Amino acid sequence: MHVPDGFINAATSVGTGVVAAGGLGVSLRRAGRSLADRQIPLAGVTAALVFALQMLNFPVLPGVSGHLMGGALAAILLGPWMGAAVVSVVVIVQALFFADGGISALGVNILNIAIVTSLVAFPVFRGLVRVLPKTRVAAMVAAMFASLVSVLAAAFAFVAEYAVGGVGGADIGAVLGAMTGVHSLIGIGEGLITSAALGTVLAVRPDLVAGLADVNLAGNHTVPTRRAVTAFVAAGLAVAVALVVFVAPNASPDPDGLESVAAETGFAETAQDHPIGGPLADYQVTGVDSETWGTILAGVLGTTVAFAIGLGLVAMSRRRASTR
Amino acid sequence: MSGVHAHALHYHGHSPLHRLAPHVKLIALLGFVGAVVATPAEAVWAFGIHAAVLATAVGLAELPLGFFFRRLSIEIPFVVFALAMPFVGSGPDVMVGPLSLSVAGIWGAWNVLAKATLSVGASVVLSSTTEVADILAGFDRLRSPRILTAIAGFMIRYLEVVAGEVQRVRTAIAARLGDQRRLGEAAALASVSGTMFIRSYERGERVHHAMLARGYSGSMPRMGEEPATVRWVEAAAGLAVAWSVALTALLSS
Amino acid sequence: MTPALEVSGLALTYPDGTEALRGVDLSVDRGERVALLGPNGAGKTSLLLALIGIVHPQRGTVRVGGLESGPDSLPEIRRRLGIVFQDPDDQLFMPTVSRDVAFGPANLGLDAEEVQRRSKAALEAVGMAAAGERAPHHLSGGEARRVAMATVLAMEPDVLVLDEPSSNLDPVGRRELADLLAGLPTTLLVVTHDLPFALALCGRSVILNGGVVAADGPTARLLADTELMATNRLELPYGFDPATIAGP
Repeated sequence: MHVPDGFINAATSVGTGVVAAGGLGVSLRRAGRSLADRQIPLAGVTAALVFALQMLNFPVLPGVSGHLMGGALAAILLGPWMGAAVVSVVVIVQALFFADGGISALGVNILNIAIVTSLVAFPVFRGLVRVLPKTRVAAMVAAMFASLVSVLAAAFAFVAEYAVGGVGGADIGAVLGAMTGVHSLIGIGEGLITSAALGTVLAVRPDLVAGLADVNLAGNHTVPTRRAVTAFVAAGLAVAVALVVFVAPNASPDPDGLESVAAETGFAETAQDHPIGGPLADYQVTGVDSETWGTILAGVLGTTVAFAIGLGLVAMSRRRASTR
Repeated sequence: MSGVHAHALHYHGHSPLHRLAPHVKLIALLGFVGAVVATPAEAVWAFGIHAAVLATAVGLAELPLGFFFRRLSIEIPFVVFALAMPFVGSGPDVMVGPLSLSVAGIWGAWNVLAKATLSVGASVVLSSTTEVADILAGFDRLRSPRILTAIAGFMIRYLEVVAGEVQRVRTAIAARLGDQRRLGEAAALASVSGTMFIRSYERGERVHHAMLARGYSGSMPRMGEEPATVRWVEAAAGLAVAWSVALTALLSS
Repeated sequence: MTPALEVSGLALTYPDGTEALRGVDLSVDRGERVALLGPNGAGKTSLLLALIGIVHPQRGTVRVGGLESGPDSLPEIRRRLGIVFQDPDDQLFMPTVSRDVAFGPANLGLDAEEVQRRSKAALEAVGMAAAGERAPHHLSGGEARRVAMATVLAMEPDVLVLDEPSSNLDPVGRRELADLLAGLPTTLLVVTHDLPFALALCGRSVILNGGVVAADGPTARLLADTELMATNRLELPYGFDPATIAGP
């Protein structure tokens, strides 16, 4: 996810740099307001932890591995502003010292990896916590989805930046498709890690979770059963497979092939080559065709389905608790 | 990844660049990268000059070429990524041998390769000639928010400690998992994160107590640093060359 | 004469309800060396944190050199009473040794020259004068301990409190540490499980148990009292007979 120098043009790099600097400034000020000065060593060691965890890869596809981004975890544990600041520091140090991400691309990378993830994950998490039952399992499920959504949001932000100022002329639909596909898988991994981490922290030191500071979690004894966890992973994988299936046509290495076929056969590209036909054919936005809308819709549908399954898990665990 | 050892990035020496004040080097790095990124990819000649400026810096820093190129090889992952671009790009194609490659993709690949390499090279020169602590002090001098440099300082200090703890937990888990490595890695990651956060948090609390005990009152104290040579000549010269090249290329494109 | 440290009726209950201290009285005279002994959970760490106002006791007072600890006097209290915590890694948080040692004096608002002078003197006192530019995670356990001590000595405290200073040290390291501490003119309060160390260094010992002082007297006498030791979960190393030791 770390973008190197030269991938985004100078103007866009400067623009995103300004936005990122502004976002980081706001985050620092807000973090400072609600926290005591003891947070600086805490932020530092958490940054070290996020850095160390980012170095561990997990496989998502043959030949493709993902790693934790950490924005969702940092936001849930430390609050959105502190979380954004912490991951920003990680990204900056990675760029300056370890050539992980370009220096001119710092605006893009901070924006996507630190700011978008934290600021998206936190309200999603809080929103879910509010509507779900106040149990540890529910909080973990909320964390899972907040992470997935945050990673996808980061991926979308990247595609937007690429659309504005990316080099190499790759087809935006293809980029969107590929990014969505891969990052939905990464998002699942991040979701599992984040929720497991939250679960551990809630079990041992629930007072440390800033995102649940005003919430009283009951039923700490409800532990998700192995079957429930397996069900979630299976649901998540099903979502990922669905996304990949819908996305595969867009990610073709030779999009010209598709266009030329469409031109030859006289079919409008929008009617023939996208998977969710009919109704979506009318949604036209300059530069973004219906294939892309199909992907987005698939993503939304898939996430909703997985969420529904998650709710079912929560209901299952509650029932189990109340029969004790 | 052995990247945790920040001190291993530094190449001990007493060259003019080693002795140059860190904030000067930071400005030079940022200015150079800015010029490189602003240069349009089509002006291939311009990158030759940028490379010459970088080479001069490497020479001034008295860095062994083997060391320099070894550190440069850090960028291999995005070299691979850049090489994929001609295959993914859209628009008009050109035949290169048996392959039909996108023209925009080829230029995009060159864009990334040239600029990322020069940028990585410049940051290698910085991290080889400047201790981490001094780089942070340079940021302070440039008036970056104190809280950021403070967090970065703690992060770098505790990186090895935390990474070591992560490694120990992973070893313990691997010892129990044996063969189920792939899924085990992911599971290990998950179980490690929560515990590590708690340990890190508690360490953060203890560090804060130690800071309070030594008079910390909310902001990092100003600790008188010895001034290193603050000479702007070399940096200004390098930046002048790079930027005039960039602007020439920009204006003529 | 004003005691260097005076604790009266200190009581501390944590938010989760744990009663860590239940009325502690302790008085240490200038130049004395006192060992604070007691089983785990006795409240020793809580007492240390309360001494410098990191935790706030519900009852009781702390006076350092006659100055009562309160919100306004905390900075001065923290200058007068220096604590060397148990884990050096928690106290060496700056990128280099010299910056760690300079941190304390810098917080006192001293000028750069004075900070330099104190840092140099503190590192020399612990035998680590050449370590200035080294990174803390490159130090050995014993070296890190000594540097951690220097970070506190640089503040020139009147009372030096040490939490388990001899843990993880090899026997020669322990002896060197005891010699170093014995050579300091500062008033010492040493929290320790290491009873021979306490006997070698501290003429007087205070046993803390269950949040109160269970015993207070000459170290040799306390250690020889087998019933007292057993009641407070203290045990001498195998074959160690305090009666044969001359004491400090």
